[in-house]
Amino acid sequence: MAEPEIRLHQEKRKRGETETMEINMGPQHPSTHGVFRAVVELDGETVVKVVPHLGYLHRGIEKIAENRTYHQVIPLTDRLDYMAGASNNLGYCLTVEKLLGIEVPPRGQYIRVILTELSRISSHLFWAGANAHDLGAMTPFFFMVREREQILFFLEMITGSRLTPSFFRVGGMSMDLPPEFRDECMKFIKNFPPRVDEYETLLTENKIWKSRTQGVGYLSAEDCIKLGISGPMARAAGIDWDLRKNQPYSSYDKFDFKTVVYHGCDAYDRYRVRMMEMRQSNEIIRQALESLPEGDHSVTMKGTLKPPAGEVYMAIEAPRGELGFYIVSDGTAQPFRMKVRAPTFVNLQSLPKMCEGKLFSDMVAALSSVDLVLAEVDR
Amino acid sequence: MTDVTKLKNAFPDAVLNVEEYRGDVTVTLKRDGLLQACTFLRDDPDYSFRFLADVTAVDYKDKTPRFVMVYHLLSHKHNRRLRLKVPLEGENPEIETMTGVWPTADWHERETYDLLGVKFLNHPDLRRILLPYHWDCFPLRKDYPLEGKDEL
Repeated sequence: MAEPEIRLHQEKRKRGETETMEINMGPQHPSTHGVFRAVVELDGETVVKVVPHLGYLHRGIEKIAENRTYHQVIPLTDRLDYMAGASNNLGYCLTVEKLLGIEVPPRGQYIRVILTELSRISSHLFWAGANAHDLGAMTPFFFMVREREQILFFLEMITGSRLTPSFFRVGGMSMDLPPEFRDECMKFIKNFPPRVDEYETLLTENKIWKSRTQGVGYLSAEDCIKLGISGPMARAAGIDWDLRKNQPYSSYDKFDFKTVVYHGCDAYDRYRVRMMEMRQSNEIIRQALESLPEGDHSVTMKGTLKPPAGEVYMAIEAPRGELGFYIVSDGTAQPFRMKVRAPTFVNLQSLPKMCEGKLFSDMVAALSSVDLVLAEVDR
Repeated sequence: MTDVTKLKNAFPDAVLNVEEYRGDVTVTLKRDGLLQACTFLRDDPDYSFRFLADVTAVDYKDKTPRFVMVYHLLSHKHNRRLRLKVPLEGENPEIETMTGVWPTADWHERETYDLLGVKFLNHPDLRRILLPYHWDCFPLRKDYPLEGKDEL
């Protein structure tokens, strides 16, 4: 509907001449990237109210974690955000290490950075492809999946599995990098920036793409802070905040990279933030590979892991925002309580704010710009 | 590290304890007067904890008080974090909602209610969020068996 028609419709609505209609979006709607249901109240094409319903993928990971040893929890964590499993491993391991008060040797920290940044690129790539697909552009998806496939190949080369690495250990990594990895990865790093240019020729200045995303899913910086939004969504609203920079962990302070900030507050700038972040991550991996320190990849841990009684919270910058782990230890071999602060769970809360009063067709764009992974939302 | 002297001076009765462990500062607050203390922490320029990162609760089963609410605050301005803990009496604890101070608390509190059964007074929409609406127990409580109570 064109703008005047919408206004006319809204006036009719005020006079009580129209009725609203409730429809279910999901749980099997393709743009929800998982199982998510939103009950949408529509007035013509205008969204009046959005009520999200979650929990279709709830597996009780926090409860299971209370009944496993500290190392047995690691495979549970990469099943949270399966698009970037390494980030979740890192967040969890860093939290337990903080609880124990140990530090990983430099080589281990660098390998962690390489793996995490590789999975950040792979996650952003898949998001960008799927996001374009949601809005009707089929082609970018195939370009992006091509590079993602290479990254998954690297992950398989290092960890033996493509999506759920479970490669991190408390105190380091389970193994060193395979000898052939460095050269292969260097080749990829060199070829990647031109590839990103290629994606950008498809979308960034594309008129249709711009009109579908600019001004859509608007969320101001003020609202972002109020709603607890973090990650690329917040940075697209001009919030200069990246935990890798502001509260560095795992030697991120040794790398030279920029926090990508845009000020559009809309789906278009969320796209631009993620595209630029891929370039930055690529840069980080190059630096890490070039200056990879020699030495151990892990500290030697003996016996059952029993952290002292206490509690810690540790957050990292996952591809979707602040991924935090809060662990309470009672001195036994199992965590007494583990809480996962999942970034998309919080970011998804902004959906009603972004959609209400806007067109229904823009809701798909807004929902997709959140970059939601329902396994992480529902835990 | 976060210096909490100013908070202590402003609310001498509400602050029960301050401790630091591995660089994390934890302030234990009384349930009464929590809203005022949180508003102070959000608005005071020396703290400006405008970002509520996380809300949860812990069930200490055999201890009294059994439940402890935990809030994790973040200040972008000062680049600091702070943990607030609030002990809650009884088997069916209740606490004032934080949605008025930090709107993000909405879903966090629904989750805490859903999994641990802490009731939030004056919450705008206190429904279960992860579990089915007809569920009648709180699975993250320590007396709930790992494999659940009944079959789905």
